[in-house]
Amino acid sequence: MTVFDMAEVSLRELNQALHDATDGEFEVVNPRGAHAVASGIDSEISVTIDGPVGYYCAGMHQRGSVQVNGNASAGLAENIMSGTVRITGSATMSAGATGHGGLVVIEGNAGARCGISMKGVDIVVGGNVGHMTAFMAQSGNLVVLGDAGADLGDSLYEANLFIRGSVESLGADCVEKELRPEHIETLRQLLAAAGMDADPTDFTRYGSARTLYNFHIDDIDAELAGGAS
Amino acid sequence: MTDWHQRESYSYDRNVIAEIRRAANTGIYRIRGWGAKRELPTLDDLVLLGASMSRYPLEGYREACGTDLTIGAETAENPISLDIPITIAGMSFGSLSANAKEALGRGANAAGTSTTTGDGGMTPEERTHSATLVYQYLPSRYGMNPDDLRKADAIEVVVGQGAKPGGGGMLMGQKITERVGEMRDLPVGIDQRSACRHPDWTGPDDLAIKIIELREIVDWKVPVYVKVGAARPYYDTALAVKAGADAVVVDGMQGGTAATQDVFIEHVGIPTIAAIPEAVRALKDLGVHRGRVKLIAAGGIRSGADVAKALALGADATSIGTAALIAIGDNDPAYDDEYRQLGSAAGVWEDFQAGTDPAGITTQDPTLSSRLDPVIGGRRLANYLQVLTLETQTLARACGKSHVTNLEPEDLAALTVEAAAMAKVPLAGTSWIPGET
Ligand SMILES: Cc1cc2nc3c(=O)[nH]c(=O)nc-3n(C[C@H](O)[C@H](O)[C@H](O)COP(=O)(O)O)c2cc1C
Repeated sequence: MTVFDMAEVSLRELNQALHDATDGEFEVVNPRGAHAVASGIDSEISVTIDGPVGYYCAGMHQRGSVQVNGNASAGLAENIMSGTVRITGSATMSAGATGHGGLVVIEGNAGARCGISMKGVDIVVGGNVGHMTAFMAQSGNLVVLGDAGADLGDSLYEANLFIRGSVESLGADCVEKELRPEHIETLRQLLAAAGMDADPTDFTRYGSARTLYNFHIDDIDAELAGGAS
Repeated sequence: MTDWHQRESYSYDRNVIAEIRRAANTGIYRIRGWGAKRELPTLDDLVLLGASMSRYPLEGYREACGTDLTIGAETAENPISLDIPITIAGMSFGSLSANAKEALGRGANAAGTSTTTGDGGMTPEERTHSATLVYQYLPSRYGMNPDDLRKADAIEVVVGQGAKPGGGGMLMGQKITERVGEMRDLPVGIDQRSACRHPDWTGPDDLAIKIIELREIVDWKVPVYVKVGAARPYYDTALAVKAGADAVVVDGMQGGTAATQDVFIEHVGIPTIAAIPEAVRALKDLGVHRGRVKLIAAGGIRSGADVAKALALGADATSIGTAALIAIGDNDPAYDDEYRQLGSAAGVWEDFQAGTDPAGITTQDPTLSSRLDPVIGGRRLANYLQVLTLETQTLARACGKSHVTNLEPEDLAALTVEAAAMAKVPLAGTSWIPGET
C-alpha cells in the first residue's frame, strides 16, 4: 500500500503517480477538498481516499477502483468508462455525468443532475437524488433507494431509472414503466454489486415515452394533394 | 415597368411569403446547414492600407514573411505548432462523411495545419489522417472517450458556436445511421438535439476546475482551447482566459453549421468583424494579447484578405468550416442537376442537415459519400489553403510586415461608418472612429 499525503504531495504528483502505476493499492490522505483527485485512472489499481474531495474526483475513470471515505463535490466519476467508483458519503451535482460504463455507488445522497446524459454507466444511490436526475440520460441503469427530486428523467432516451421511494415529479417524456423479470434481475445484480440490501420488487421503473425522439412534421399540402388524386 | 398595384412588398417579399407558407404547412421551424445568408457587416467593409512614403513594403517574392504560430507553449509539454494561420474548424463525423473528414485531414496535413473533431467523437480514420488533431469537448459528450482525449494534440472545450450561441447541436434522423448512433449511444433514426450546456459545470469558476481536470487527465501534455460563439466576446474571452485557456476561438454569427434553426442562424450573435476587436480588447486588458493566450477567429473567413484583416484586428489565427467544404467539392456545379432535383441548385444549396448531399460531403449515404475522392479532395483543400496563405502574405508584405501577426489595426481603414464603429478603425480618409475619437 502506497500512501500519498496531499498535505505534502501536489495534485500533479499524485495523479502522475496513479497514471504511471500499472497495479497496486494506493491510499490518499488529507485530500482537503482538492479537485480532480484520482482523475484519469486507466489501470487496474485500487485507490482509497480518506476525506472529502472537490470536483471531478475519479473523472473519466477507466479501470480499477476508487473509494472515497467522505463526501464529493460536482462531477464525481464524470464520464466513467468502466471500473468502480464508490463513495461512503454524499455527492453534489452531476455525479456520474455522461458515464459510458462501469459502476458508481453513492452510499449517501446525490444532488441535482445525478446521471445527467449517462451513456451506459450503472449508478446506485443509497439515499435520495436531487432535481433533474438523469436529464437526457441515454443508456445504463440508475438505482435510487431513497426519493427523487423534481423533473426526474427529463428528455430521457433509453436509460432505465429504478426508484424505491417517492418521485417529486417526472420530467418531459419520462413515464412509469412495467418492472419485468429482467429488470428485477438487473436490479438484484446491481444491488448486490453495490452491497446494498433492498428488495428489487420494491422499486418502480421509469423510462422514456419516446415521444420526443423525432420532430413532428405536418404536411397539409401533401395531404390535400393525396386526397385529390 | 410593373403596375403600381402589382409592386413587390418590402416587408413581405417573396421569401417572407414562402417561409410563412412553409411554416403553415409543416408546423416546424426551418432547420438547415450553412451560415447566415442575409447581408451582414463583414471584413469586406475594411481595407488594408498598403505601404507608400511613410511605410516600407517588403518585396513580394523575396523577403520573408512568417506565417507560423505556436499555441500553449507556456502550459503544455507538447504545444501546437502551425505552419499557417488558418485551421480547419470542428465538424463532426456524422455531420460529414468519413471521406470528407479524410479529405480535410489530408489537405490540412499538406498545408501544415490542424483539423478538429466535432460533436460525435473521434474516429480512428480521422486520427490517422490528421497529423495535428484538436479534440472537441462538447456539452453532449457524444463519443467522449479518455483514450481519444489522450490521443489528441489539443483539446477544445466548446461553449458555443457562431451559428447558434446558446444553442445545442442537432443531427437529423437521416444521418443517425448505425455507426453514428453507436458512436453517440443514440437510437438509430432519432432527431438528435444535443445539450446546450455542459453537464458537469455551469460557470467560469467551474470551467477553470474543468480545465485543470482535463490537463490532469492528459498529464499536462497538450494545450486547451475554449470556443465561444460571438455574443459577448469581451466577457467570454476574459472569462476563458481566467479559466486557463491557451487559446480562445471566437466564432462570429456568419459561422457555418451542419444543422440549426434558421431563426438562430440569422438572428443570434454578432458578426465576426465586431467580435474580434472585443476579444482582443479583453486579451489586452489581461496582458496576454499576442502572448500566452492566442485568439483564433472564425465565421465567414473566405479569402486571404479575410485572414489578413482578422489578423490585423488582432487575431493570431483563423479557422474555416464552410470554405473548406466548398474547397473539397461542396456545391459543385457538376452536380447541378441533382441539386435541382432536391429543389435547390449548385451555388445556393444549404441542406447540410438533410444527408442528401450530391457531392458526398455532408452525408452518411455510402453511395453518395463514395463520390468524394479523399485524395483529390485533400489536394484541393491544400491548394486552397496555399492560396489563402499566399494572399495573406502578399497583403502583409504590402503593409511592410515580416510576419503575418505583425499586422495591426493601424494597417486598416473602414469603408462604412458601421464597420468603423465595430472594428474600431478609422473611416477611410478620416481619423474618425465612431465612439472613440
Ligand atoms: C458541416 C458543419 C459541421 C459543424 N460541426 C461543428 C461541431 O461539431 N462543433 C463545433 O464547435 N462547430 C461546428 N461547426 C462550426 C465550425 O466549427 C465553425 O465554427 C464554422 O464553420 C466557422 O464558420 P465558417 O463556416 O464561415 O468558416 C460546423 C460547421 C459546419 C459547416
